[in-house]
Amino acid sequence: MTSPVLSAPGAVQQSLLRRRAAGGKSLVPFVTAGITPDWTAYVRACAEHGADAIEIGLPFSDPMLDGPVIQAASGQALARGARIADLLEEIGASGPGAAPGSTGVPLIVMTYSNIVRRHGDEAFCHALAAAGIGGLIVPDTPLDEIEPLLAASRAAGLELILLVAPSTKPHRVSRIAELSSGFVYAVSNMGVTGVRDAVSDTVQRTVDGVRQHTSLPVLVGFGISSPAQAVEVSRHADGVVVASALMRDVLAGASPADLAATVSSFRTALDGTDWSAAR
Amino acid sequence: MNSSSGPSPAVPAPIEQPGTSTLLTADRSVMTDPGALGRFGGFGGRYVPEALIPACEELEAAYREARADPSFQSELTQTLQVYAGRPTPVTPAARLSQELGINLLLKREDLAHTGSHKINNVIGQALLARRMGKQRLLAETGAGQHGVATATAGALLGLDVTVYMGEVDTQRQQLNVFRMELLGATVVPVTSGSRTLKDACSEALRQWVSQVDEAYYCLGSVMGPHPYPWMVREFQSVIGSEARGQCAGLLRRGVPDVVVACVGGGSNAAGTFAGFVDTSARMVGVEAAGGAAMTDGSPGILHGFYSQVLQDDDGQVREAHSISAGLDYPGVGPEHASLGSSGRVEYTTATDEQVLEAVVLLARSEGILAALESAHALAWIIQAARSGDLAAGSTVLMTLSGRGDKDASQLMGLLA
Ligand SMILES: Cc1ncc(COP(=O)(O)O)c(C=O)c1O
Repeated sequence: MTSPVLSAPGAVQQSLLRRRAAGGKSLVPFVTAGITPDWTAYVRACAEHGADAIEIGLPFSDPMLDGPVIQAASGQALARGARIADLLEEIGASGPGAAPGSTGVPLIVMTYSNIVRRHGDEAFCHALAAAGIGGLIVPDTPLDEIEPLLAASRAAGLELILLVAPSTKPHRVSRIAELSSGFVYAVSNMGVTGVRDAVSDTVQRTVDGVRQHTSLPVLVGFGISSPAQAVEVSRHADGVVVASALMRDVLAGASPADLAATVSSFRTALDGTDWSAAR
Repeated sequence: MNSSSGPSPAVPAPIEQPGTSTLLTADRSVMTDPGALGRFGGFGGRYVPEALIPACEELEAAYREARADPSFQSELTQTLQVYAGRPTPVTPAARLSQELGINLLLKREDLAHTGSHKINNVIGQALLARRMGKQRLLAETGAGQHGVATATAGALLGLDVTVYMGEVDTQRQQLNVFRMELLGATVVPVTSGSRTLKDACSEALRQWVSQVDEAYYCLGSVMGPHPYPWMVREFQSVIGSEARGQCAGLLRRGVPDVVVACVGGGSNAAGTFAGFVDTSARMVGVEAAGGAAMTDGSPGILHGFYSQVLQDDDGQVREAHSISAGLDYPGVGPEHASLGSSGRVEYTTATDEQVLEAVVLLARSEGILAALESAHALAWIIQAARSGDLAAGSTVLMTLSGRGDKDASQLMGLLA
């Protein structure tokens, strides 16, 4: 047996728990790897402006769970000739302050099943770990198919973060909460990633359902588009993942400094809220 | 695999003496129920977001129930008969047989309503959708044949239909876009990725996630998450079971020496093979040379299932390109991946040029205009008869999956 169960919490979980212990809410920005030649500068901007962890999307040609913005971001990265190994190398490249992997903020890779399977579950997980990545999210590998990935991620010491949707039945929620590490990713609505005007009212139900089964942090993602929405869902959750709202700006030409300002605005809104009445 | 087992007449006769021998093989374990996880060998499964899992489970339960319900089965059979034109005939291709030195039989799916086998699956799924209380059908389409079939079934049963179609395909297949709209369907051009069938599939899955309570996703081939590959094969197996009975009446040995079908996602082939998998017949699936997931692909996960996929070494899915939009899919149904790896079915390819030759030859020798997709199967038969891979006098059953009227304007340009 080569898959020891993680005994101590990993870097992702520790970072989110630290924020929770301090009475705050976590912010996990998302950056599509390879979206521009200087994409790692966006990751650093997030790290330096209040991210508790950063999700890095490794592009896939057929992103079934993504809306138009992340589809376009992935497409732009692939059109630039992005290759998985090169992207990981850019993350892991050493040099003081240069590599996002050296910022101290834990990194999480989000990608699709085929990218993982093509490189081999074990080889892929080890490559992530070697690049300094702490966590992994593979949204199109559901519970029924999770076994090989679970073994490979454990062997590599990665935190495998599983998702719960509004439609997920209670018996599955309990199993997902049990097997997930780092945090549990609560999908805000029945839909794909994207920028939305309003946060779905199913969020509270989904988050509360997860909490019944775990003390892991529960973060909400998909459609969190403004600091106000981030605050709204964080009344129930431990924090948010913000993706399309950031990548929409980058696609429109936002610089790393521009992105830093946007990330700061989310941080400020979360920090400026009194959470003592929440939960 | 021996294509010339058993006595064959020296001069091919279009119709052999009817006989009783069916040459059953021992193995009945293939092409059966893939179980709760939807596995065909190591292939298949259900690689979808958690959000879609309840919908897949609900669909599987509803299908299992309907499948076991005699009233559903009889309504299906009845609808296929009085509406879709089943059973379709098996036509001995007398003059072409003479020319090729084999004994060629054509299973005539081109004569089914809407002009292809796609209607078999769509009638089954639309009846199931109605039984499940769904108001709307979602479908992806490439060439437009599955979209037209879905629009047709929607009109028949009074269900709304939305068809997702790559923008490139909406331009290449304007006539089918018009047909779908005439039938009351809404056609949504998909502008992401390569703007072709694979992107239309991704978009239909995305839309299904967000409308899962009201909408039924009517998938067009033996692909997608479990239970689709199994359910679609079951609905298409009417091709194989009819042909099996028809061959028993036409052929001295009861079963043909060789069974051939074209493979895009693989539904007409799976439905055909299901009728002969337990016989000694050699079975051949023919893909487009420019979209041959079985020949050029490697194991991968696309659109919810694990199978052979055309992809680069980094895991990015490649586009398929051929003369026939209906075969331009970079994956193939998981059951084919399994039948290929076990060796029970051979998978091969035909080039665009060979396909054009086959279309013309069939038109002139039999008066049948085949769809470009179907002509891939014939193109292989022609090459194999010439090379001797098909022994002289072999009996060959080919599924002619659709008629070529939809391709007439494309052919006008290609043959000019
Ligand atoms: C006439 C015809 N044959 C074959 C196909 C390929 O589909 P499958 O491989 O699922 O039979 C199509 C698809 O559009 C078609 O229109």
